[in-house]
Amino acid sequence: MIQVHQYEKWWIGLSIAVLAVISITVGVAGFMLGVQVPVPEALVNPNTVAQSGNFSNPGVRQLAPKKYEVYVRAEANPWKFRPDKIEIPVGSTVTFYVTSADVQHGFKLEGTNINVQVLPGQVSKMTATFNQPGTYDFVCTEYCGVGHQNMFGTLTVK
Amino acid sequence: MNAFAVEKKIAGWHVLVAILALVVGTLFGPLQGLEHMGINLYPALQSVGLQSYYQGLTLHGVLNALVWTTFFITGFLTLIVAKSLNRGLAFPKLSWAAFSVMVVGLLMAAVPLLLNLASVLYTMYPPLQAPWYYYLGLTLVVVGSWMSGWSMLTTWWAWRKDNKGATTPFLAFASLITMVLWQICTLGIASEILVLILPWSLGLVGGIDAQLSRTLFWFTGHPLVYFWLLPAYISWYGMMPKQAGGKLFSEQLARLAFWLFLLLSTPIGLHHQFVDPGLSAGWKYVHAVLTFAVFFPSLLTAFNVIASLENGGRARGGKGLLMWIRNLPWNEPSFTAQTLAMIIFAFGGIGGMVNASYDVNLVVHNTAWIPGHFHLTVGSGVTLTFIGVLYWLVPHLTGKKLWGAKAAIAQAWVWFVGMIIFSNGLHRLGLLDAPRRTMLGVANDNYGAADWLFPRLQVGIGGMILFVSVLLFVVVMLKTVLNKQTETVEMPVAEPLHQETIPAWLNNWQPWLVGTVVLILVAYGPILIQLISQIQFFSPGFVVWK
Ligand code: HEM
Ligand SMILES: [Cu+2]
Ligand SMILES: [Cu+2]
Repeated sequence: MIQVHQYEKWWIGLSIAVLAVISITVGVAGFMLGVQVPVPEALVNPNTVAQSGNFSNPGVRQLAPKKYEVYVRAEANPWKFRPDKIEIPVGSTVTFYVTSADVQHGFKLEGTNINVQVLPGQVSKMTATFNQPGTYDFVCTEYCGVGHQNMFGTLTVK
Repeated sequence: MNAFAVEKKIAGWHVLVAILALVVGTLFGPLQGLEHMGINLYPALQSVGLQSYYQGLTLHGVLNALVWTTFFITGFLTLIVAKSLNRGLAFPKLSWAAFSVMVVGLLMAAVPLLLNLASVLYTMYPPLQAPWYYYLGLTLVVVGSWMSGWSMLTTWWAWRKDNKGATTPFLAFASLITMVLWQICTLGIASEILVLILPWSLGLVGGIDAQLSRTLFWFTGHPLVYFWLLPAYISWYGMMPKQAGGKLFSEQLARLAFWLFLLLSTPIGLHHQFVDPGLSAGWKYVHAVLTFAVFFPSLLTAFNVIASLENGGRARGGKGLLMWIRNLPWNEPSFTAQTLAMIIFAFGGIGGMVNASYDVNLVVHNTAWIPGHFHLTVGSGVTLTFIGVLYWLVPHLTGKKLWGAKAAIAQAWVWFVGMIIFSNGLHRLGLLDAPRRTMLGVANDNYGAADWLFPRLQVGIGGMILFVSVLLFVVVMLKTVLNKQTETVEMPVAEPLHQETIPAWLNNWQPWLVGTVVLILVAYGPILIQLISQIQFFSPGFVVWK
């Protein structure tokens, strides 16, 4: 066996305990308290998303009172989210579906937990509830070409 | 004849290319910092052939994160394997061939980078598409680094034949683990390039699967950081105690830490993909837990290295709970640079816990927080350690006396101060939702808020301070190589504090290698099977940076 100094034994015990506690905490937050990360939603053909299906006509759709879904198509050259202006009433729960028609993009909506990678061929789905009126920027967080810094939109909660 | 003349020559050439890459690569750093601060020099730079911020950022990432590190590491480890086993390389020609392959690969990749044909950033995410020879060049750099590892392994096998039953000396042992880890983990990027990217960039297949490519990239991308870090740890464990006038506190636990790195570095790549759409939450969480597990050997390292330094401080007359710190050789450039590197790295490690935290990652993913984090780790913990190593290594290789010890010490402190200002700015920007790899000066005209202004200034000013540090480093290196004063500098080798017998399980590759492979199969097998079964050859290549 190996010899371990007493202080070092304490350090090892403490290290393992801290790492275990953090692992459990983030797991509980993720799987029981509903802090979501995106999971596989659907596969799409990036070459045709602009022509057919939900992403060919992106925008806000009401599903029920205070319940909305938004389809967003990210595009490079010109660098744009379609739509880049979204309006919803206060208190709405909104599910976002985002995909890319070309290269990889990102979609991060300030003031929420929504922060996803947007890949061609995949649909990124995230939900948030908006109880504070105001305007919130959503920005592209992945390098997508020389116009990347101009790629953003705003969500208005009224 | 000069002992180890061949090995020194090999190491010297590697280190030369590494330093050139670091110096050229860091030239872009302050430009990026100034842009973030609102001073956009890129329009003016078009006249000298730099087409965009993003072309510069690609050069910065590739030269610093890939070229500087890989060339330094292969050169440094080649030398210390030979010296630590106290025998020449079994096949020095193999090391020379390795070096040549790496250089050819580097040149092949450099041409399209400089011509703005490959501004895909160092992650080269498809369907951004560079010319095929760019990818082939990067592949050759990796293959060359493998060959360099084979040269070390064959040397060790020869040593083992002559030393049956002996325990491999620590420096060689740890270097071999690093190279084997690299062999295993680069299978991800090798298959990404050879199977998916090359046929597609050559036009043989019409499309590529972005999600699968990313996953293969990060199979290599995370352990890559351990490939950078372990050589720094080798110096901290195996050399710095000696430089501090002390001994290695626990050699057994040092070895255990390296085995654990081999075991745990690879099956955790999904922590870079927590917010990818195509991967399930369960597997993301498994990788998150394994990521916390790989913190453990770093925590072991923290204790062991600090205890070893304390041993040195006390041996030099240090007293009290913490006053021994003052007795450490702060007048030694190599020691000072590496100790400051450790301190910065500790902050990086704490931030890393946040990144690794599965859902907390939602706050920071792809924000400026991330470059804030890795300039503390690879950009300082590793880079400043390697710079510290160079302060004895270059004299060791050239026989010249280190020029300007004071300037070298100032270099390390200036880096330390500049990096704290710079990195703190990026971390704060990240928490204010600023994205990474973005012209933030321009972006802030579009979105963001007034509270970005101050941390943006920090990034610019910190970047300029770092630039001063790089200039000091260049002067010290040049003046040293040209120095007329000679000096014989030996490689520092730390002795263990207690003559410990190394138990068989800490000296036997088999169980650890089997464990490594099994863990990778478990953590990646189902994911890769799922992704491959639904593979889509849809995405054509895009060139969106002209
Ligand atoms: C002179 C010191 C340095 C300065 C001022 C500097 C500055 C910067 C800045 C401002 C960015 C852009 C951050 C963003 O907007 O995303 C960046 C990115 C980066 N830096 Fe540095 N840096 C320096 C040294 C280093 C070193 C030594 C390394 C590694 C060994 C390094 C590795 C990287 C990498 C990998 C990126 C990310 C590129 C990407 O996102 O594709 N840097 N640096
Ligand atoms: Cu973008
Ligand atoms: Cu990682």
